[in-house]
Formats: sequence, structure tokens, C-alpha cells
Amino acid sequence: MKANLSALAAGLLFGLGLMLSGMSNPGEVLSFLDWSGVWSPDLIGVLGSAVLVSVIGFRLARRKARPWFAAEFPALPRKAIDRPLLVGNLLFGLGWGLAGYCPGPALAGLALGNDEVLVFLVAMLGGGVLQQALARKRNDL
Amino acid sequence: MLNELDPASHWLAGQVAGIHLFTVAGGLAIGAAAVLLYHSIGRIAGISGIFFTGMREGGSWRWLFLGGIVLGAWLGAQLFPTLNIVSRPNPGFWILAVSGLLVGWGTRLGGGCTSGHGVCGLGRLSLRSLVAVLVFMAAGIFTASLLRHWLGVPA
Repeated sequence: MKANLSALAAGLLFGLGLMLSGMSNPGEVLSFLDWSGVWSPDLIGVLGSAVLVSVIGFRLARRKARPWFAAEFPALPRKAIDRPLLVGNLLFGLGWGLAGYCPGPALAGLALGNDEVLVFLVAMLGGGVLQQALARKRNDL
Repeated sequence: MLNELDPASHWLAGQVAGIHLFTVAGGLAIGAAAVLLYHSIGRIAGISGIFFTGMREGGSWRWLFLGGIVLGAWLGAQLFPTLNIVSRPNPGFWILAVSGLLVGWGTRLGGGCTSGHGVCGLGRLSLRSLVAVLVFMAAGIFTASLLRHWLGVPA
């Protein structure tokens, strides 16, 4: 119960932050990514202030034996900088710059009367499911 | 005083001054949300990962977190309706569809998005995430600055 409530509260804060910061507006995201027009530094301002808080928060968590409402901190696998990381993030970035949406802001758009996110979200679901199906098939071979 | 700065610092000062108050406040809220999720239940606030793992394995906390994002954005739009704008023309069905496919495929293959690699990965000082952020930023700047114009997407 407390775990579920914390997840809801974290989501609320995240969505509120996306909306207030202007990141739920794909035009604002594109005004950072598009260097051919009038450039806006806002996206770096958002990411920078978010990372400032998260650096402190994750550092403080190191002193804790366990989270408040869960048995343990799950071990995060140490993975190498490999081809999937590079290719995956390259494809993600190419898609991000096309319409100005990444997953969080597109999700937030559902609440903002912004119908175009429906097309994006359905396609995103399809792309992710296809990738996972292909990865499983490769593992089975 | 500002006039005594060299041109590069002058430019930088202008850009920093151009970052709005809401931008920083929103960013702090996003960071706080990621920290809250980790301190309370030990989970990384990576939206693409939570979305796709939720589709496969379920888990009520995942749907509550994602639902919270939608609800939080709605709340923000009620509190500050003037901030709720889309300041670029609709790029049309095909651009939205291709863009969604690439984001879905890419975030699964690359293990994260702007929240997982960006907000959380950088916060954990992960070198892997730093590389991920540099790659998706560079690719995003390439598409938005060049490819989008070559394709004739309305800007």
C-alpha cells in the first residue's frame, strides 16, 4: 500500500515537473534540438536541475540499507558500453528529433488535450514490442 | 559589467538568463520524483523501461507511476493553463508514426530514455548512461536540425 502510494506520488511529481518545465510541449524540445532556427537552452536547464537533485538523492541512498517500503535495493547489473547501447540510443535520438517526443512527455500529452500523442504512443508501443520479440527470437536460436 | 566579458562568456550569460524559472522548478520536481521512487521502493524512474516491463510483467506500482505522470501533467495544466501549449505545427501521421517506432525500438535496444539514462543514469554517475545521453542528444540534434528540414516537415 505504502509502496503503491509512493509510486503514485512520484509519478504525480514527475508529470507536474514535465508540464511546468515545458517539456510536455514538443515545440520546446525541438527548439533545443533544432540548431538551424532560434535556439532555446531550456532543455539543458531542465535536465541539469533534475540531475542536480538526483545526484544528491542517489548519493544519500548509498547510506541506506534498504528503501523505506521495499526489502532491498535491486542490484543494477553492470553492463559494458556495447553495440546495442550505441545503436539503440542512436535510433531513439533520431526518432526524438523528428517530432519532439520521448516517452515521458508523450505520456503526459495524454492529459493535455494533445491528440497527436496517440499516434506516437501506439507506434512507440509497436516499436518496443517488435524489438523485444526479435531479441527473444534471437536468444532462442 | 556584462560588457567587459569576452564574447563567449557574454553569450553564455545570455543563455543562462534565458532559462525560465518554471524550467528550473520543473526540472527540480522531476529530479525529486526520481529520488522519491528510489528511496521509497528502490526503483529507477526510467519511463520506457517501466512502460514496457509493465506491459510484460504487470506490477501495480508501474501503472500507478505511469498514471501519476498523466495525472500530474493534467494537474499542472489546471494550475497554469497558459503553460499548456504545443508551439509547433502537427508534423502529420507518418512523421509521428515513424518517430514513435524509432523511439520504442531504440529505447528497448538501448535500455532507457531521457528519464532512465538522463535523469537517473547521470544521477548515478553511470558512464554507460553518459554515453547514451551523448548519442541520443547528437542524433536528436541531427534529425531536428537537418533531417526534418530535408524531409520538409513543417517547422
